[in-house]
Formats: sequence, structure tokens, C-alpha cells
Amino acid sequence: MREEETLDYLNELENKTIYIIREAYSRFRNTALLWSMGKDSTTLLWITRKAFFGHIPFPVIHIDTGFKFREIYAFRDRYAKEWGLDLIISNNAAALQAGVHPEKGKFRCCHALKTEALKNSIASYKFKALLLAIRRDEHGIRAKERYFSPRDNGFKWNYQKQPVEIWDLYQSKLNSEEHFRIHPLLHWTELDIWKYIQREKIPVVPLYFAKNGLRYRSIGCQDCCSPVNSRADTIRKIISELENTDVAERSGRAQDKEDAYTMQKLRSLGYM
Amino acid sequence: MEKCYFKLVLAGHIDHGKSTLLGRLLFETKSLPKQKITEIKTASKALGKDMDFAFLTDQLKEERENQMTLDTAQAFFRSRARNYAIIDAPGHVELIKNMITGASQAQAAILVIDVPEGMKEQTTRHASIIGLLGIKQLIVILNKMDLADYKKQPFKEVKDKILDFLAGLNIKPAAVIPVCARSGANVSRKSSLMRWYKGPCLLKALNSLRLKNPGNKKPLRFPAQDIYEINGERIIAGKVVSGVLKCGQKITLLPSLLEAKISAIKIFGESPKKAEAGKNIGIILSEPLPIKRGDIIVDKSSGVRLNDRFKGEVFWWSKEPLRINERVDLRCASQQVRCVIEKIKKRIDPSTLEVIEKNAAGLKINETGMVVIKTETPIVVEKFDFIEDLGRFVLERNFNPEGAGIIT
Repeated sequence: MREEETLDYLNELENKTIYIIREAYSRFRNTALLWSMGKDSTTLLWITRKAFFGHIPFPVIHIDTGFKFREIYAFRDRYAKEWGLDLIISNNAAALQAGVHPEKGKFRCCHALKTEALKNSIASYKFKALLLAIRRDEHGIRAKERYFSPRDNGFKWNYQKQPVEIWDLYQSKLNSEEHFRIHPLLHWTELDIWKYIQREKIPVVPLYFAKNGLRYRSIGCQDCCSPVNSRADTIRKIISELENTDVAERSGRAQDKEDAYTMQKLRSLGYM
Repeated sequence: MEKCYFKLVLAGHIDHGKSTLLGRLLFETKSLPKQKITEIKTASKALGKDMDFAFLTDQLKEERENQMTLDTAQAFFRSRARNYAIIDAPGHVELIKNMITGASQAQAAILVIDVPEGMKEQTTRHASIIGLLGIKQLIVILNKMDLADYKKQPFKEVKDKILDFLAGLNIKPAAVIPVCARSGANVSRKSSLMRWYKGPCLLKALNSLRLKNPGNKKPLRFPAQDIYEINGERIIAGKVVSGVLKCGQKITLLPSLLEAKISAIKIFGESPKKAEAGKNIGIILSEPLPIKRGDIIVDKSSGVRLNDRFKGEVFWWSKEPLRINERVDLRCASQQVRCVIEKIKKRIDPSTLEVIEKNAAGLKINETGMVVIKTETPIVVEKFDFIEDLGRFVLERNFNPEGAGIIT
């Protein structure tokens, strides 16, 4: 049997993602997209624009810990305007006032400034579906996720009792107190993301490019991200670096390593 | 080199070495960052063990402490021929739901069997589920050959039995390979310990598997997923599940049988004249026909029939049995309709393929049934072997998926 020409693989990844985004919106009009301005969520935002022909019909949320890099804020403000986004900036003001800080414990800091802030935001806007840009290859715990992942009203991820997800027939309804985390990029790898960014010419925060022999592979809060040694100052060089590296993507992310199971604990409580 | 991901599922009985084989494949293809290896060594040591490859995908604390995969996970590796995404599925009977979740995404399966133990309940149950999910390509790994002193006889005994069982499912495996996942024998290269084995090593067998045919040559089916009003235009969003959709094409809308032409195909930033199977697009019709999610667009000349009664094969995974004439929701592509299972012609134990009962009154957990389904309103279905997306369905009760099947 002769094999017919298959879709180029980036198209295949993109098409599956578009299908999931549209499926989420079709089931839950009250949807929002979580944008951290990192390469993954910017890619998700890009594909979401494509899914809705340039007009995203729901808000985009930035969970602002207040500790992000200057470059990240500049990027957010520029593209929120350029792409005409309905941007919601959400933070946990009470925790910030109480002095929560990465130096006083990363688990507590991440939980209060990200998870709790997100909780507040969902509660006030009553979102039923949240699009998030997590990928299976980032972290072993994220590999266990579903595309449509239900969360209870306490926000918990019941990882021992996840629903069946068969073919592309995603679970469609939930109890009134629940919301769905939707993960349209679950099947992408870090390398896929960069190849797609290159093909589509998606803008990214300049921190990803090497300066003085250092670059960030994963970005977030300033205190909890460290750069890796690198000379990759273009997307082409980043791709070639990733094709040959044996360093893990989130090696510079402190919250993954405080203890072997910190990510599991954070995620079961509703962390992204 | 092929660029797309070839998706594989690892199936088999608990403790037969699926996660270990996966770890070994990642290690041999140099798909593991140094740090991950260190992390696994540390975590293994903390539990007083030698390096355990299973920890690569067994990331949950409970999984490592109990040495048992609980939920499906996915890992990636590259061979010279192509990229693989490999799905590790749990082997315990209580966790069949997680196994189905993983396996339904795969194009091919690796069935792992412990040679000294031979075929067990989950070996055969998983094989049946793989067959039911429509996965036709399979490689059988007879693992733990070290415990059989790398001898041919024990390998042959298990091989004959599993080939026999698979024949009952109409599955002919691409290869049956003797392996020791722990040491890597016959994983990425042939082992000198088993010179009697003339077939390929696992990696070579994997590279010989074929990609799925995208279905461009089949008739057009375009299920409407959603309708958007953007800048005064009404765009019908959806995925071309088979065939090729073209600008100017005359179409029929089902179930209403109304007709129109495709006036434009919309992809953001492009103006395509056609869209092949697999593409997620928007279309604009020449007439403002009433249309909703679940309607199916087909070529005008294709003469598709609507159906409200059809045969299928169902796998039921809910603790609460499925009873005949009970109303449940059926979802097939973007169609959703109330239905009843009118008849269960055969109730089957998928782990033995034994017919438990003919003309049964219900299906219990982890049973398969040859059924007749009657829907409240007619829908568009196809045989699974013809158009997959319209030949598979999920059955929901109170919005929870509790069973699934294919149309036969």
C-alpha cells in the first residue's frame, strides 16, 4: 500500500491544538486563556488567534506575582495592545502585602501568588474553562495530565481519579462547582515549540536569547529562574542547541526541585 | 526522516516490565537529559533500590513507593527513521480506564509479556482493548529473557499462545521479539545472547511500522464543530475528517438535506482553495442555511444515508452496568444524541474472548458487547474501518463517559 502524503508534523500538532481550543469554547462559552508571556503560552495565544480568525472571543489572564522580569511586562503590554487582547491582570494583593516572598519558601510563594491568585480570578469571573500551555515533556507530573482536566470547587486535581479521555471525544459537562483546565499543547515538545515559533515568526521575550554566554530556557519570576550557559542568540541556534543538549528544560526552575515531589504537591492543589 | 510523531502505547500485565522497557528505550536512544538520570538515581536510592528506569514515567510518589504505574504518561524519543511519542499505560485491572485513555491516542501498540509468567489476565484484556480501539499494528515483546536463560523453548511456548489469542482478534503482530528490558538485550540492537532469534530488534521493528493513512481519497465528511459570527460573516468551524473540501464544491447538509456551495475556506492568514483530511478550518456557505454543531457536511453527489439503528462493538468500563433499553448519550464526532442499546447479541469477556452470554440484558464492568444501538434521531455514522472519526463513539451517563465503541 502506498502511503498518502501526510500533513507536515507541525501542521498536525497545530491542527490538534486548534480542535481542542474550539472544542473547549464550544462547550463552555465562559472560557479564558492563561498567558505568562513565556514561549509556550505565547504559542498557545498565537494558535488561539488562528482558531478564531484573529478575534479571540474570551479574556486572556496574566497571573502577576509582581516578581516577573522587566522584559516580561514590556512584552505583555506591547502585544496585548497589538493583538487587541481582552487582558485581565490578576494578583494576590493580600499575600503580597503580608510579605510572601520566594526567599521565605518557594512552595508557599508559588502557591499563594500563582494558585491563590488564579483561584480569586476564577471565583470573580466564574470561568468554566481555562486554557493552559503545559506540555507533557516538561515535567513527569504534567505527562499524566488530560487535555480536559476537571478541578473541583476546592481547586484540587484528583490525579488518582482522572476521567477516561478517549480519542478526541473529550468530556463535555461538569458539576456546577467545577471548572476544566484545558491543555491544548499537551502533545508538543520544547523543540516543537521552537520550530513552530520559527516557522510562524512568533515574537518571544528577549530573555530566551543568549547574552554574555547565558540565556533563559524557561522564564517566570526573577528570583526563581536561573539562566543556562548558551551561545544561542537566534531561534535557529536555540533549535540546534536543543537538538544536542542533555540538560532538562526546567533545570533553572527552583520550584521543581525544592523536593522530589514539590511539583506533585503544587499541582494537586491547583498549580498550573 | 519522517517528522511526525508516531504514537505508540505500551500495554501488558502489571509487573511485566512496561515502564522499565520504556526507560530502556529512552536511555538507548539518548533521549534522556543527564539531570533526569541523576534525578532517577537519587529517587531510586532514597527508596533503597538500584537505578529503576520505571521512575522515568512513574513520577507520582505513590507510583514509586508501590512500584506500580497508576496513570498513563507519555515520553518522547527519536530513532534514525522518525520521532516517537510513547504512551505508558498502567497494567492493573482497576486502572483499565487510564489504559484506554493512553491507548486511544496510539497508532500502534507494544504488548509486553513476562516470559517466565506467560500470558496473564491483563495481557489478553489489553490486547482485546487494543483491537477494539482499532489499532491494527502490534509488536509483541517477550520480556525478562534473562530469567529464562535466554533460551528459545520458553520463548516459543509463550509466542505460540499469544499468536493464537491474537488470531482470534484478527491481529497479526509485526514482530514477536525476545527482550531483556533491564539489560537492553534486543532493544536497540541484536543481542549475542540470543543468536537463535532471527527477527529484528525492537527499534528496527518499530521503524517498520506504517503511518496512518490520512484519508484524503475517501468521500468528504465535515462535521460542524461550532458557528462563529465574525465581522458580519458566519463561519462554520470544524475538522475535515475525510476527503478533500474544495471552494465552489456543491454540498449537502445533514440531517436537514439542504444544499449550498462552499463559497470560501477560512484559515487565518491564508486563503486556501481546498482543505485536506485532518485540517481544522472554517467555511462560508453560499446560502444562509440553518446549521448547528453536529450537522455534517458531505458532497452533494455522495448520497450518504442517515441512520438511527446500527451495529457496534462496545467496551464498558463503569462500575454501574449498562442495561438494555436504558437511555444514554452517544457522542460521535461532534454529534450528540440520546440512544438505547436495543440488543446485546453477545456479552464477551475480553480477557478470554469467551462469550459469557447471548442476548444479554446488560454489560458489566470491563466487558465487551456486540450490540445494536437505536438513536432517538438519525445521525451520520460509518463503519470504523471506512471513516474512523464517524465510526467511533463514546457512551455517556450524566455527562460521564462510561463506555465506548466502534461501528461494525
